[in-house]
Amino acid sequence: MSIQVWTWILVGITFTLYIGIAIWSRAGSTKEFYVAGGGVSPLANGLATAADWMSAASFISMAGIISFNGYDGSVYLMGWTGGYVLLALLLAPYLRKFGKFTVPDFIGDRYYSNVARSVSVFCALLVSFTYVAGQMRGVGLVFSRFLEVDINTGVIIGMIIVLFYAVLGGMKGITYTQVAQYCVLIFAFMVPAIFISIQMTGNPIPQIGFGGADENGVFLLDKLDGLHKELGFAAYTSGSKSTLDVFFITAALMVGTAGLPHVIVRFFTVKKVADARKSAGWALLLIAVLYTTAPAIAVFSRTNLIETVSNKEYATLPEWFSNWEKTGLIQFNDKNNDGKVQYLANANDNELIVDKDIMVLANPEIAQLPNWVIALVAAGGLAAALSTAAGLLLVISASVSHDLIKKMINPKISEKGELIAARLSAVVAVSVAGYFGINPPDFVAATVALAFGLAAASFFPAIVLGIFSKKINKEGAITGMVVGILLMLFYMLKFKFDWFGGGTKEDWWFGISPEGFGTVAMFLNFVVSIIISKFTPNPPLEVQKIVEDIRIPSGVNAAHEH
Amino acid sequence: MLTTKNKKYWKKNLSYLTILLFIWFVVSFVFGIVLVDELNSIRLGGFKLGFWFAQQGAIYVFVILIFVYIKLMNKLDKEFGFNEL
Repeated sequence: MSIQVWTWILVGITFTLYIGIAIWSRAGSTKEFYVAGGGVSPLANGLATAADWMSAASFISMAGIISFNGYDGSVYLMGWTGGYVLLALLLAPYLRKFGKFTVPDFIGDRYYSNVARSVSVFCALLVSFTYVAGQMRGVGLVFSRFLEVDINTGVIIGMIIVLFYAVLGGMKGITYTQVAQYCVLIFAFMVPAIFISIQMTGNPIPQIGFGGADENGVFLLDKLDGLHKELGFAAYTSGSKSTLDVFFITAALMVGTAGLPHVIVRFFTVKKVADARKSAGWALLLIAVLYTTAPAIAVFSRTNLIETVSNKEYATLPEWFSNWEKTGLIQFNDKNNDGKVQYLANANDNELIVDKDIMVLANPEIAQLPNWVIALVAAGGLAAALSTAAGLLLVISASVSHDLIKKMINPKISEKGELIAARLSAVVAVSVAGYFGINPPDFVAATVALAFGLAAASFFPAIVLGIFSKKINKEGAITGMVVGILLMLFYMLKFKFDWFGGGTKEDWWFGISPEGFGTVAMFLNFVVSIIISKFTPNPPLEVQKIVEDIRIPSGVNAAHEH
Repeated sequence: MLTTKNKKYWKKNLSYLTILLFIWFVVSFVFGIVLVDELNSIRLGGFKLGFWFAQQGAIYVFVILIFVYIKLMNKLDKEFGFNEL
């Protein structure tokens, strides 16, 4: 059977599964819609969190980025996993004990102020919208490459599916579809990785395989370093970013991960505090399966790519090369007319351009794996993009119907009215996301980094201080959040979008890239919050009591009545 | 109401956090970033050690840290009678 037939079959089966689950688990109350009724088991929540977290970027792009950047790619590996340690130790158990529905709920109550609530609603919407646009685009890309439909049709099919289970099932529907999506995406990621690891090193475990040796006894990584040296690239295992920048980017991604509202809100869905800790553990374990395999895939595909194309006759290259050439994602320009591919670091002599995003998608073809494996990768990419999109859409709809309408505009709204509002805002959110998927702003890539920076600069300090200090008051927290966000926005706009006079790499403050600047903005937020709280009145006694209460894990159900 | 029991529980929790986060910082920021070049002179099979920490080791330690924390806290909750069925 052809790749296309296989892809239709696998995508058809998985989509039917998601819709079936959505119908079986539709939500009947606001509690079910926002937090799946609060009775999800730790393992199911861990699975759902892992699927929620691993987006099209993790599944499709990350291994490719590492493949081209070598050691520098480590920032994503450590950054996007290390954040879960912060989540499990500093946030999840306490927020679960607090026991409300959303992140702005916590900020608004802890800082006894609707201004604080509004600031955090604004941040949650900004972070989630920037993130979701990229997901819909990912859905469109997979559809267009593997099913040969137009990108826009792909986005619309994706929208209808997400709409169906997010609007119908709310958090409950999303949780159980995400459990299924994790299984699909991890299977799709691991199967080709294991095949290729056996092919290249004889070891079925990719994590060990990429430290292994080829048939001549040369270690794979040494061979790759050697190939890189020959072609003029920096050694694969050493990278080229400054240590300081790597440090700051890693920190920003870690803290940003811990501050992302669609991740935090998942820990509201379990029954008790101990379960919140446990599900953070499961989530990271399940995520680590993909994140420790990705660097192995990066090494395999990099070596494979160089060995297959470098200095080879263009006419004798395998079929996948011309297939991807057609999509424009591989470009070859025979500058010296010798009929061979010169792949070199020096831009003047280099004749080959390979898009980073295709490494995972093209890898099974490069390694000549069977057609069903290639189709499986397409289904996995869709699962990754759809699960993340759904989680983000839920945050957006809860921010509007719960934080804005119920908590600020119309507190008297009935349960039924709130549920309708939640569903309507989910519909609007899907449509807006779909619009950005069809008409992607040029800045999608830049805004994903912005989402992490913003989450790091705004939510993380406010939540951590709110739990670990009783003295931080609303004046401190609000000023801290506003200063953090504004500084981060300013830096991103200046160096990514050329506003405020723009600037180049040489103008970066302390040599820190915009991706790493979230760390600086976060520190400033902490400092400002603490200093201002010192010179303004302490929080009221009942707020200090809330803080004392969330530190003790027992009595969750009593705290939940509200 | 802040009882001495609650205070003691919180203090113990903070001491666990400090130790675990110290390890978290060392395996990623120190081994994987600051000392990566020094550690790269040591080999772990086909891996240079610093590179291995940055792309593999740190992640394994993160997972272990969370599960150790779960274990410690479950025990602590039981000790203080804060565990829930």
